Amino acid sequence: MALEDYKGVFIYAQQVDNKVDNIAYELIGKGKELASVLGTDVTAVLVGDNVKSLADDLAEYGADRVIVVEDPELKEYRTEPYTHAVASVINEFKPEIMLVGATAIGRDLGPRVSARVATGLTADCTFLEIGDFRGKANQLLMTRPAFGGNTIATIACPDNRPQMATVRPGVMQKLERVPGRKAEVVEYKTEFIPDNKYVEILDIVKEVSNAADIMDAKILVSGGRGMGNAENFKMLEELADALGGMVSCSRAVVDAGWMPKAMQVGQTGKTVRPNLYIACGISGAIQHLAGMEESDVIIAINKDETAPIFDVADYGIVGDAKKIVPKLTEAIKNAK
Amino acid sequence: MKIIVCIKQVPDTKGGVKFKPDGTLDRGAMLSIMNPDDKAGLEAALRIKDEYGAEVTVLSMGLPKAEDVLREALAMGADKAVLVTDRVLGGADTWATSTTIAGAIRSLDYDLIITGRQAIDGDTAQVGPQISEHLGIPVISYAQNIKIDGDSVIVERQFDDRYHVLKAKMPCLITALSELNKPRYMTPGGIFDAYEAEIKVMGRADLIDVDDSNIGLNGSPTKIAKASDKVRKGAGEKVNLDPEESVKYIIGKLTERHII
Repeated sequence: MALEDYKGVFIYAQQVDNKVDNIAYELIGKGKELASVLGTDVTAVLVGDNVKSLADDLAEYGADRVIVVEDPELKEYRTEPYTHAVASVINEFKPEIMLVGATAIGRDLGPRVSARVATGLTADCTFLEIGDFRGKANQLLMTRPAFGGNTIATIACPDNRPQMATVRPGVMQKLERVPGRKAEVVEYKTEFIPDNKYVEILDIVKEVSNAADIMDAKILVSGGRGMGNAENFKMLEELADALGGMVSCSRAVVDAGWMPKAMQVGQTGKTVRPNLYIACGISGAIQHLAGMEESDVIIAINKDETAPIFDVADYGIVGDAKKIVPKLTEAIKNAK
Repeated sequence: MKIIVCIKQVPDTKGGVKFKPDGTLDRGAMLSIMNPDDKAGLEAALRIKDEYGAEVTVLSMGLPKAEDVLREALAMGADKAVLVTDRVLGGADTWATSTTIAGAIRSLDYDLIITGRQAIDGDTAQVGPQISEHLGIPVISYAQNIKIDGDSVIVERQFDDRYHVLKAKMPCLITALSELNKPRYMTPGGIFDAYEAEIKVMGRADLIDVDDSNIGLNGSPTKIAKASDKVRKGAGEKVNLDPEESVKYIIGKLTERHII
């Protein structure tokens, strides 16, 4: 089949517990932009058990078509049945582009699917556009950081289809929701026959957290090892409360058991870009910088004037965050 | 049981990444190490060996100098080492790399394959799952705990807000997080033996069921359009004041930027 016969931008609409993940809307938003350049439309691929009703949400965020694959084997995410579902949809509908979120699910699913349909996959992209590659027009150009964010590469996939990318959450913009907007819904049937690749789920342990997601916060007060102990994170909470923001942290803090993993910013945590990021006692390992350097305004407080966090900070204060933060909280409360 | 651990030699970023005066990466000034997630995978394999008894083979694809990380692995306690190296395999993306490694593994006996989640130079996390797909075996990514139960493995698999306890029949592939464990050190005796040990070298001709169109730079579906070292936006102002003055400074900036 000729490459030109592959049409349309497809996105994997990740759902967990029958709730659409934000990344799906972000991918639709980016997908619409790519599709308009290519003169095509956006199809969301929705996989799960009893998930068809979620198609409305995807439509309201801009999906033109939703392909639904339902089966009891798809109740919880498992690599094999989900790979089978997505690979079957690709083989049947032949998209030119397939985008998947670079989430804990997508970075497992994407590689398996790409290997099964024999195409390339570019990991953890932060920028996508349509352009020329070695004389070929209308190629997906996929830009991604590597080496903990210290190098940037733009990748093309000129001779295989679909062109596949996993896309970092929190980077692409979702569209405004349009209530009542409709999409064409296609129910796609394929058989799920358990084989050696189906693993058994013995237990699902949810790490209970009612806290909001740090990726949605406009202001983050972030703490590192320099805060000294878990107790001192209370002063960061107080500062965050005064500013109407949330507390996040570096990996060292998670490793020390002071804060839960869900609050971690960086390469192995979350990518954030709030309006204000205040780094307190964070030295700024490259893996941390990769997760926060796109923040609008960065303030860093650190005792070590050579700390790499100052290399990305708009305003750096050489000093002890434990002494400065409580006074700052008071001053902000008084300023209001 | 037989365990294969895939390890990669990568440039070291610990103790700081080295930059040239123009802000780009100074690769020449950085040392090579065993990729941290892979080292955790090796440690997991060695713990299985300690507890249940196993033969651990380490496998690396790369330049001839990748022998260094294989000898390090032997000195930590691995039993055998395989180096997959050949000029025609160079420049491979994750598809061609995983095809090559799967082709090498087909000539070896295994019950369990362990890879690191991702390498610190490429950060793709794709090669492990892709190897498993080529071999037609299950994959469990992001393992934070591994146990053996008869002919199966029981693994805690990390997600964003939960973990699944999964059971898979061997043979299967697991990708390890560096949080999994704290790798052991090499032993003096191990270091001595490791430098005597024979390393099995495999080239293109030794790969099983691998087509020429799927290896090396030419067999890679993804092509690099351009690459550059990222030049950071650069430091802004930096002040060194007492706490009271620092607070005044911050309040001033927050007001100036209309945040408060």
